[in-house]
Amino acid sequence: MHIVVCMKQVPDSAQIRVHPVTNTIMRQGVPTIINPYDLFALEEALRLRDRLGGEVTVLTMGPPMAEESLRKALTFGADRAVLLTDRAFAGSDTLATSFALAAALNKISQEFGEPPIVFTGKQTIDGDTAQVGPGIAKRLGLNQLTYVARIADLDPAAGTITVERRAEGGLQVLQTRLPVLITMLEGVNEIRRGSLDDAYRAARAQVVRWSAADAGITELARCGLKGSPTIVKKVFAPQGRAEKVRQVPTADRSADELAIDVIAAIFRTQPPLEDDLLRFAAGQ
Amino acid sequence: MIRDKFDAIVVGAGPSGNAAAYTMAKQGLKVLQLERGEYPGSKNVQGAILYADALEKIIPDFREDAPLERHVIEQRLWTMDDTSYVGMHYRSDDFNEEKPNRYTIIRAQFDRWFSGKVREAGAVLLCETTVTELLRDPQGRVIGVRTDRDGGTAFADVVILGEGVNGLVGQRSGLRPELKPDTVALAVKEMHFLPREVIESRFNLAGNEGVVIEAMGTITDGMTGTGFIYTNQESISIGIGCIVSDFAESGRTPYGLLEAFKRHPSVRPLLEGSECKEYAAHLIPEGGYNAMPELFGDGWIVVGDAGQFVNAVHREGSNLAMTTGRVAGETVVWLKRRREMATKANLAEYQRRLEETFVMKDLRKYRRIPDFLHRNKHIFGVYPKLLTAAAQTWFRVDGVDKRAKEKQIFQSFRSGRTLPGLIGDALKLARSWR
Amino acid sequence: MSDAPPNAPKPPAAGRAGTKRELPERFKAYRHVWVAIECEHGVVHPVSLELLGEGRKLADKRGVDLAGVVLAGDSLTAAQTAAAAFEHGADLVYTVTAPILAHYRNETYTRAMTDLVNAHQPEILLLGATNLGRDLAGSVATTLQTGLTADCTELAIDDEGSLAATRPTFGGSLLCTILTLNYRPQMATVRPRVMAMPAREPGRWGRIVEHPLDLSEEDVVTKVLRFIADRESDKAQLAYADIVVAGGLGLRSAENFQLVRALAEVLGGDYGGSRPLVQKGWITADRQIGQTGKTIRPKLYIAAGISGAIQHRVGVEGADTIVAINTDPNAPIFDFAHLGVVADAIELLPALTRAFQAHLSVNRLAG
Repeated sequence: MHIVVCMKQVPDSAQIRVHPVTNTIMRQGVPTIINPYDLFALEEALRLRDRLGGEVTVLTMGPPMAEESLRKALTFGADRAVLLTDRAFAGSDTLATSFALAAALNKISQEFGEPPIVFTGKQTIDGDTAQVGPGIAKRLGLNQLTYVARIADLDPAAGTITVERRAEGGLQVLQTRLPVLITMLEGVNEIRRGSLDDAYRAARAQVVRWSAADAGITELARCGLKGSPTIVKKVFAPQGRAEKVRQVPTADRSADELAIDVIAAIFRTQPPLEDDLLRFAAGQ
Repeated sequence: MIRDKFDAIVVGAGPSGNAAAYTMAKQGLKVLQLERGEYPGSKNVQGAILYADALEKIIPDFREDAPLERHVIEQRLWTMDDTSYVGMHYRSDDFNEEKPNRYTIIRAQFDRWFSGKVREAGAVLLCETTVTELLRDPQGRVIGVRTDRDGGTAFADVVILGEGVNGLVGQRSGLRPELKPDTVALAVKEMHFLPREVIESRFNLAGNEGVVIEAMGTITDGMTGTGFIYTNQESISIGIGCIVSDFAESGRTPYGLLEAFKRHPSVRPLLEGSECKEYAAHLIPEGGYNAMPELFGDGWIVVGDAGQFVNAVHREGSNLAMTTGRVAGETVVWLKRRREMATKANLAEYQRRLEETFVMKDLRKYRRIPDFLHRNKHIFGVYPKLLTAAAQTWFRVDGVDKRAKEKQIFQSFRSGRTLPGLIGDALKLARSWR
Repeated sequence: MSDAPPNAPKPPAAGRAGTKRELPERFKAYRHVWVAIECEHGVVHPVSLELLGEGRKLADKRGVDLAGVVLAGDSLTAAQTAAAAFEHGADLVYTVTAPILAHYRNETYTRAMTDLVNAHQPEILLLGATNLGRDLAGSVATTLQTGLTADCTELAIDDEGSLAATRPTFGGSLLCTILTLNYRPQMATVRPRVMAMPAREPGRWGRIVEHPLDLSEEDVVTKVLRFIADRESDKAQLAYADIVVAGGLGLRSAENFQLVRALAEVLGGDYGGSRPLVQKGWITADRQIGQTGKTIRPKLYIAAGISGAIQHRVGVEGADTIVAINTDPNAPIFDFAHLGVVADAIELLPALTRAFQAHLSVNRLAG
């Protein structure tokens, strides 16, 4: 079975800093990583391949340096990596992104075989939109299974799949027909290490590189900034509160003295809170 | 197991490992490089000085695309007490040359760039792969490595260990002794972000000019160590380091020292309004020549920090690392060309070649310094205080006549440190310096 | 595989440049603000009502109606949900009632929602950023080929009458305002608890517009086999707790996190942490507070050793009183906290626990 995993290379967001004067992102030295949510999708795909045979192709759209993330995915054990990279994709919003990825998936189907399952992570840590997976599913007519906690059953011969999907207040057990798009929930598995041979193979592997034209995209107006219905009007740092923070003086106060000061300050700020707490304490 | 056999396996993708791997791969050798970090440079502390000469001998045109921050046009040496410093500054427009001599760099970026060059040259790099032991044949010759990955063995004619100061492979394999706390410094460093223009106005810089400040004195609270401040393009690296055994004795924490250094009235204004981006700690081998382990054996060579190749007095390390890596690589290429085995006798060529370079010459020259500094900690406490007090006496205009001031200064030196003490320190230092 | 989503409108002829100001002719009839009201298993999700409060402001600013959209499996659920929508500010409610809508499925809901949009043409469509809402919104936006802004923290109408949707960007380091100028509807999702719950007006009523669904169970590929409800104890009440204590990297080790729990326990509150703690594995993902975790609106929020990146800030700004404890006087959390204490949380937390304990027991005896 051929499985495709869509991934994204993202900045390690914990380390992003904003220029204090210009309010622009300082990219200096910000390391990039595979979007952590995508690793759950990749591991799930690798497990299915190990069980049922076949191949795992990883696909990403991004700048040339995104190849690093793909190579890392090969180190984990993926069989093939495809990088969709073209200046025409710059400035894509989620709609334009799903357009480009859907085209690349069609091309992958032609070149390497049609995948009954396409995986994505549940969302990225930089965009946090969770829209690209559903967008791809809709464009390619794949049955959409989001927030999947477990693949309970998969019968490639019969073309059916049963999954447990995280919903509000419980798990939905859904059965549908292949082909499907699955977005994996976080924490449902743990990415493997990859053997030394996998690492060696990955280091020397050729990553397939496609431009928009290579992926068969002719309508460039549907890509990148042009193909994005949303536009970013402004990017800004938030304002502080109008009313300044009241600092509790700490000079020459022991931790215990300071604690008493803090509690007094809290109750001065919000007197009813003291009654609430006393009621709680009385109820104990 | 990797079925391919390699001419050389290089352990580590820092400056020494990269220099070795690049040199060999460039000459057509089949090189496997193993790095335990997530990517080259991920285990390195950010913000550092690059010495152009050592890199030029490996990649002559590195300036074309290496991620360099600022070239250093000014060096400041500060002797500090709690409220002041006495400085010696040297600034020269001559350093604004076509091929500058020293640069500030950000290691994570630089190491990535260097590693890219290594891979372009043809070496295969595997990250997140830790070498757990050296594999030997029945005669005890090193023939390969075992890693922590599944099926994790690989074989080569020679293994070059550039695994860094506390790399465990060499220690576990008995190639070198465990580190001693009195020959290792623990340095902590932070990156503080500031807009370019602010850095340039604060440090009196234009374009890509940079400043290096090195500081000693009461900032190390009587311990053997120094502090430093480097200007990058949009950040300032600030750090402080002391000998590990001193930390143990004093009970001070490196973090606490750095906080105090940052709060020093001469330092705080330089960092004002900056945002601290990251905090990292690093061990620096400062034992020098006398602490050096064996540098080669049957089938193996040690390069860089793993071999204690650090000149603590001049705060040079990466240039020694690159040079030892390059020389190790050249030695292996030379043996390969002569179709000779990497036996201990043959690899002795590595040390012979190193003796011809500044590396061994400098380390030998300063071989007594680490011990001297360790035994004379008052150098870091008493003298800075005397010096700054003298400066204050001298520069304060308060109706005291100059002759009286001279006398006062002389008196303070004699009471702070006896005359024989003063003379003794001078003699000991001179002897160690030779 | 093909690239022709069903229900897709013909792409506009030329000049898809998003910066073009003139709204295409075919979108000019699009009016009114819609809010999707989630009512799976017969329970109205609070986020839908919160969105009605926000939608009301947008509709008033635009001088248009606020409509609730109810997709329900039976008419009782539809009626009860519509009633809740009216009481929370809706002028009218569109209902699509069919047994195949009893459980959420992407296929059926996307079809019902896109049919409804194409028939009644709203200018703005808001959904809760729940798993249901996000699953549905992505499909609907792709089908309609319109813009969708996820997880907004602020919604407004700009000077030209467009929906200005503000959300954190770059992993929560900055905010950005996003417009969908040339396409309709303008879609946005908002996470639970980000917007305040509007006051309920009992007895408030409006017009119900029923819409048919031309879809039968045989046409639907995906089947819901079962629903495994969470046990009550599994549900973290964090989002609705009155008092929340949270820790960040300033705690320095996983072990120190118990200081946070201890204080929360004394206060009868709940506890959580910032995103890095989840990434380090000190706490589970359901305890994460912030943009990508839980948004909270407690009466008292104590943040210990949390620097206060935007990603965290937007998750706690609704708290009545924010107390920040941090060693760094320049930490961004002091920009939005009400009370600040420049101190080491590791020392202050146990002291606070002791002091609260003492204060509450003394005053209880006195009272």
